[in-house]
Amino acid sequence: MIEQNLSLLLVVIPLLSAPVIAILPNGRAPWLITLVVTWTCLAIAGWQLSAVIDGSVISYELGGWAPPWGIEYRIDVVNAFVGMIVSAIAAITLPYALRSVEKEIPLHQTSLFYSLFLLCLVGLLGITQTGDVFNLFVFLEISSLSSYVLIAMGEQRRALTSAYQYLIMGSIGATFLLIGIGLVYVETGTLNMLDLHHRLHPILDHRTVHTGFAFIVVGIALKLALFPLHLWLPNAYKYSPSVISVFLAATATKVAVYIMLRMVFSVFSHDFVKITPTSHIFMLLGMFGVILASVAAIYQEDVKRLLAYSSIAQVSYMVLGMGLASTLGITATLVHIFNHALMKGALFMACGAVVYRVGSSRFLNLNGLGRQMPWTFAAICIAGLSLIGIPGTAGFISKWYFMLAALEHQSWIIVLVILLGSLLAVVYMWKIVEIMFLQPATASTQAVKEAPVSLLIPMWILIIANIYFGFNTELTVNVADKAAEILGVTAYHE
Amino acid sequence: MLLIKLQKYSGSLPTMSDQQLVLFALILPLAGAIGILLCGSRPNLRETVSLTTAATVCLVIVHIYSRFHDGALLAVDIAEPLPGLTIRFELESLGMLFALVASFLWLITSIYAIGYMRGHHELNQTRFYALFAVAIGSTLGVAFAGNLLTLFLCYEILTILTYPLVAHEGTDEARRGARRYIGILLTTSIALLLLAILITYTITGSLDFREGGILADKLDPAWAGLLYALFIFGIGKAAVMPVHRWLPAAMVAPTPVSALLHAVAVVKAGVFTVLKVTIYIFGTDFIKNSGASDWIIWFAGGTILLASLVAMTRDNLKLRLAYSTISQLSYVVLGAMLATNMSLLGGALHISMHAFAKITLFFAAGAILVATNKSEVSDMGGLGRAMPITFGAFLIGSLSIIGLPPFGGMWSKWYLGMGTVETGQWLLLSVLLLSSLLNIAYLLPVPVRGFFGKSRDGTTYTQVREAPVSCLLAMVITSLACLLLFFYPEPFYQLALNAAGGK
Repeated sequence: MIEQNLSLLLVVIPLLSAPVIAILPNGRAPWLITLVVTWTCLAIAGWQLSAVIDGSVISYELGGWAPPWGIEYRIDVVNAFVGMIVSAIAAITLPYALRSVEKEIPLHQTSLFYSLFLLCLVGLLGITQTGDVFNLFVFLEISSLSSYVLIAMGEQRRALTSAYQYLIMGSIGATFLLIGIGLVYVETGTLNMLDLHHRLHPILDHRTVHTGFAFIVVGIALKLALFPLHLWLPNAYKYSPSVISVFLAATATKVAVYIMLRMVFSVFSHDFVKITPTSHIFMLLGMFGVILASVAAIYQEDVKRLLAYSSIAQVSYMVLGMGLASTLGITATLVHIFNHALMKGALFMACGAVVYRVGSSRFLNLNGLGRQMPWTFAAICIAGLSLIGIPGTAGFISKWYFMLAALEHQSWIIVLVILLGSLLAVVYMWKIVEIMFLQPATASTQAVKEAPVSLLIPMWILIIANIYFGFNTELTVNVADKAAEILGVTAYHE
Repeated sequence: MLLIKLQKYSGSLPTMSDQQLVLFALILPLAGAIGILLCGSRPNLRETVSLTTAATVCLVIVHIYSRFHDGALLAVDIAEPLPGLTIRFELESLGMLFALVASFLWLITSIYAIGYMRGHHELNQTRFYALFAVAIGSTLGVAFAGNLLTLFLCYEILTILTYPLVAHEGTDEARRGARRYIGILLTTSIALLLLAILITYTITGSLDFREGGILADKLDPAWAGLLYALFIFGIGKAAVMPVHRWLPAAMVAPTPVSALLHAVAVVKAGVFTVLKVTIYIFGTDFIKNSGASDWIIWFAGGTILLASLVAMTRDNLKLRLAYSTISQLSYVVLGAMLATNMSLLGGALHISMHAFAKITLFFAAGAILVATNKSEVSDMGGLGRAMPITFGAFLIGSLSIIGLPPFGGMWSKWYLGMGTVETGQWLLLSVLLLSSLLNIAYLLPVPVRGFFGKSRDGTTYTQVREAPVSCLLAMVITSLACLLLFFYPEPFYQLALNAAGGK
């Protein structure tokens, strides 16, 4: 009984705290409460994962209404894993947020800022908990709406236009998703995911179902910034406050990938994927995404934008893994969700530390900064190596599984794309390293000091995690393996 | 002799289990690096830490050797990052040989570096010594690697750690060189080597080093050649043409780096990997039966000749030595590809023989640079009379590389030649002989010009003095070692023989 209630608390605690924080006086109090809330969420999510890791399922009926009529929260390994990632990143981001927010957000907006941050967290955590597609849509909107505002709070005025751009694109995506859910509802009369799965099975060849599926996939693809629907993302990440860049880059697109996995493999099914060209579309878009976004990253003149393009490329890997539609492919995708959160979180934190000291993330202002900020620089190097997929880092484990999945498929072109993606990552990461390490320091960078400790510690926790999970994959690979099984994906057969 | 003496000393080490011993040897350089960083502001103390670490590591390795010699199993598992694939260190003959060479020469180079870095007024010396120590640590990791995954891990770490050493000067030229260095090494290792490892894993479900190889019954012999090529070119550090250009580019680094890393540790890690893959992944029988090396062997043969020819055209001494290294590395690769007992013995032996000779040459080149600031061969006329020890050491090193008795380099060439005769590859034998002639043509002019030539403007170098004592000491030790290894090629001969399967 306690177990089931705890799952609900994961959503309710931040949801109720958000309005409370909004009416608190500005200053450090909102931050402190948010910190406590995120750490509580982390504890609950950790417990949740440990409860379902053996393959069991937690089911909670909201308001006591039995599913499929009432809303059901249904937690298996997949949800718990993603929920764990989201709350862990939130918990690590918060200690970092204190100084960074003080620097970037005007004092009179701080309580509003933390309130919105919690709402965004509610949305993302809610998505991972719910077993109801309409409820999922609602949570998606909660997280999206709050993130539009959070992005708009960025220091520069361009933040407003990028938030607006994201608002338009995000709303189109949400509408598509809603239309898709509507069409499927018309066909089946249910919104519960498990129920949908059973009811859809006999009618997988209906044209309405196919149309609904198409709407759903396009809607989510917009949210996860799948090529060619990725244009909102670079500006949104660049102009948002540093903390928000960290949080969104490490969680938002990953949660969208989770929605895609859940919709495609749980609500519809692996059988449905086999009878439609879904696989091929995912593989094709994934390949284009990996190559084009990586190439675009090379030509950026701003670290945040570079990292944003790199995020698009990394999400494309995940979609590629989904397209392979085998146990190994899905395992790779899930492992990469986790590992990418670690590396991108660390990279954006390092970037935020630079912004904290220099006030800009443009390459022009970073010359020779490596000597002034050695810890931040070292963090960028290690996280960059992880991004490239050098052995000894978490990124290598992801790359290993992607490659195994592609080799199992005997799809040599995907093998080539993955390798090429790694090499392009070498190029764009090295660009940052060379500028910070080899360029002579300019007059403006010479006076710069290392970032404050409260920024460095969360950053280095993620860096150490990047290395730790490169050697110990008991958590990541085991969970991802089980999750792939639960999603009903079968091993690849020729 | 020295080794026996050292063995006695090493007995006084605190008693450790064999597993701890292996770990200790790997962690020690890292601890040394931290010590070096902490003492950064006090150069004398820093250099003491550096030397002490190098000496201790050398002692530990010698102690490990004596345990290994007694037949102890020196293996340790660190982690299991992927199901069924562990990070594992395990000593075997080839790795023991490589570790002995690398750790001993590190000690000598540490002595040399003190004189060189001070004499040449280099900047950022703390960073230099610290990275140097960790680079050697990862080289030992390569030597000890108990499976292909661990080997790949240490191989990549070595690439990355040496990048700042190559870019040390921070000039535009250094930056370009370092970019090419890291670019080629990372590209080949990610695009080809990793792919080859993954294909091996997909086929066999294992990455263990096993006597007789793991691929034999599982890979269609028709594909063996292609996979072998992926390995050979993926191991960019072996510098088989056309993936050799990182090595000349790396010559922008300070001379101790070029000497130890780019004549011994990094490049030998490359050919060592080639040998490991040949012996323990493919297996010599499989290489021979499947004809995996039939066509690719000509890349090695071609590299031996072409690199020697290019070396003749280079006036910059370090560049000339770099191309010479490329050529000599392919001797080892050739030894691996011929896959007979004799050729493998020659190849493995060449790792040590070439190391001692080439490091002597680099030491001399660096000493000339420190003493006179000259780096071009054509400027060195008459210098030998002012710097007899340096040029004498250069002469000995050259003769050993050429393969003349009474120097160690003769043995490896001898057995490699035997390997070609054994397999009836007469054309390759003539490649080897021709290359020896080319070695004479590009190496001997340096001491000849130094002793008998005249400087361009006719000045005699009365002002020029020999390089600092620590540089000279290092040179004398390594050139004497070249001589000693002819008469007493142990323990390298026995280790190479074991590795080649001729127990």
